[in-house]
Amino acid sequence: MVQEIDRMPDLPAIVVSDLVKRYPQSAANAVDRVSFHVARGEIFGLLGPNGAGKTTTIGVLTTFVIPTAGTAIVAGIDVARRPLGVKPHIAVVPQLSNLDRGLTVREVLTFHGAYFGVPRKVREARADKLLDELGLGNRKHESVKRYSGGMSQRLMIARALMHEPDVLFLDEPTNNLDPQTRLYLWDRIRELHSSGVTIFLSTHDMEEADRLCDRIAIMDHGKILVNDTPAGLKKLIAGGTVLRVEAWGPPCLGESIRCALAALCGVTRVDASDNSEEPRAMTFRLYSDAAAPVIGPAAQAVLSAGAEIRDLSVRQPTLEEVFIFLTGRNLRK
Amino acid sequence: MSRIRLAIRAFVAIFRRDLTVTGREFVRFFLQALVQPLFFLFIFGKVLPSIRLASANFGFLMLPGIVALTGLVSAMQGVSLHLVVDLGYAREIDDRLLSPLPIRWVGLEKILFGALRGVVASSVIFPLGRLILGSGYAVRTDRIAEIIGMILLTALVGANLGLLMGTVIKPDQVSLMFTLIFTPLLFTGCTYYPWSSLDRIRWFQVATLFNPLTYCAEGMRHAMVPPIGGRELATLNTTDIRVALGVSVAVMLSLGTRSFRRRVLS
Ligand SMILES: Nc1ncnc2c1ncn2[C@@H]1O[C@H](COP(=O)(O)OP(=O)(O)OP(=O)(O)O)[C@@H](O)[C@H]1O
Ligand SMILES: [Mg+2]
Repeated sequence: MVQEIDRMPDLPAIVVSDLVKRYPQSAANAVDRVSFHVARGEIFGLLGPNGAGKTTTIGVLTTFVIPTAGTAIVAGIDVARRPLGVKPHIAVVPQLSNLDRGLTVREVLTFHGAYFGVPRKVREARADKLLDELGLGNRKHESVKRYSGGMSQRLMIARALMHEPDVLFLDEPTNNLDPQTRLYLWDRIRELHSSGVTIFLSTHDMEEADRLCDRIAIMDHGKILVNDTPAGLKKLIAGGTVLRVEAWGPPCLGESIRCALAALCGVTRVDASDNSEEPRAMTFRLYSDAAAPVIGPAAQAVLSAGAEIRDLSVRQPTLEEVFIFLTGRNLRK
Repeated sequence: MSRIRLAIRAFVAIFRRDLTVTGREFVRFFLQALVQPLFFLFIFGKVLPSIRLASANFGFLMLPGIVALTGLVSAMQGVSLHLVVDLGYAREIDDRLLSPLPIRWVGLEKILFGALRGVVASSVIFPLGRLILGSGYAVRTDRIAEIIGMILLTALVGANLGLLMGTVIKPDQVSLMFTLIFTPLLFTGCTYYPWSSLDRIRWFQVATLFNPLTYCAEGMRHAMVPPIGGRELATLNTTDIRVALGVSVAVMLSLGTRSFRRRVLS
């Protein structure tokens, strides 16, 4: 089912321009003038906190959500205009289980294959192979109702692979999985990637985005803030390092400490984040061209403001630092 | 594979899926469909005539109404109760909606499958009626084609009604709405009395004309009730019946598939 794309080998797998989605009776846009594209064969990550608009974006790309404005093109076909043309090319692993609970585990796969016109022999063989690979082989005749969250997640991944899609959408795929299965899934995603499948995944797990994705778009409040390779994103932080200071003291000191830190020589910016459970624990992030010279003065500033220092560390920027740098908020609530 | 062939294959596979799932709950399906008509037949066709609260003819006069009602209700529930699960929190229907066929066809499949349930349920009333009514069982045999036609039409009406109700009603209001819609539907549908016998309550007679079940029951009576003492039972005109049922199927189909689309896309 790849003929549409093969005719245009240079075409990106996904092109989104000025996409807007506003749900009825909703005050704000869930997706707000978003544009990006995903090259064929790429692993693209959409990284953002709860409510950022990740699922809505995937909904538009997979024909479930009708866009308010803008266009989305998948496999060379306009999704809103010709949803039927797009469907054979894509597969979705949703965030929450939507497995057909009237069926047995194996039937979920074989019927899915049948819906997509996979011949009986092929779909049965493929179903058994996938079930074995995902470690579900010995419980395949059970009803789906008896499956745990993680098993359902694995089954939905198997289901998505039944019709060999060109573009695979995974909405927070490892949320429900134990560490071992998570690693297995990452390997599996890389394998699919090397066989040429384009992968679009949403996540709020920074490690996952960092380790898997060729490119990452960071999304917040319906907007894409940046879109780059993981290495490129980390370069957003000037100087390449962050000095993190954890102070402890009366919460009222927070603002004066922040000002004192910001006034230090060489510091370009300070972000303060407080801990909602323990207001006396205050975390500051100092961005500067070089972290080392700032360590001493920073410690001095905190102490002379009357707070204690609990921890002081120079950090290589992770995507988490990048996210906080861009939004001033922590991705993990 | 051409797009249309792909869509037809998907449609067939989805129909097969419904057969598999229903096959698994066959007993439940029959209980759901048949317990009520069984008791009606027994009480109204056997008990009441035996204790002389109803005439001996009452049994076979009632039978067509029960065939119509059973077919309509089974088809309707076959669609709407399944939709409650499919469109519920877990959205189990999503996998079918992503299949390469138009969204409308997924709604059409529901109708077709619901109608099949209706046809099976109303057909079973015949042997059941013969068993319960015994010598009181009488169905004319010279209008078999008409009986089959009415069974099909009735099932289609029920299935379309099911799609419309299942998609318009919000999931948390289903049981309330069923009572609110179902009870009047049941009692204004001329199931237990011929339409012509309502002559003396003219306003009610007119009101029943707005219920599609009236036409199903009347059509079924026309096809099934043998002449009594050489006289045919007076029913609504069969052309009127066909037109009324055809129009209501068309209207409900168009509204129902549209509302189905609205419900599954956001
Ligand atoms: N069907 C809907 N009707 C109305 N509003 C909706 C609907 N679905 C989502 N929203 C709103 O749109 C916004 C974006 O939601 P979305 O589910 O796309 O976020 P997300 O990034 O997937 O979040 P999460 O990480 O929690 O899954 C939220 O404010 C949400 O409340
Ligand atoms: Mg989501």
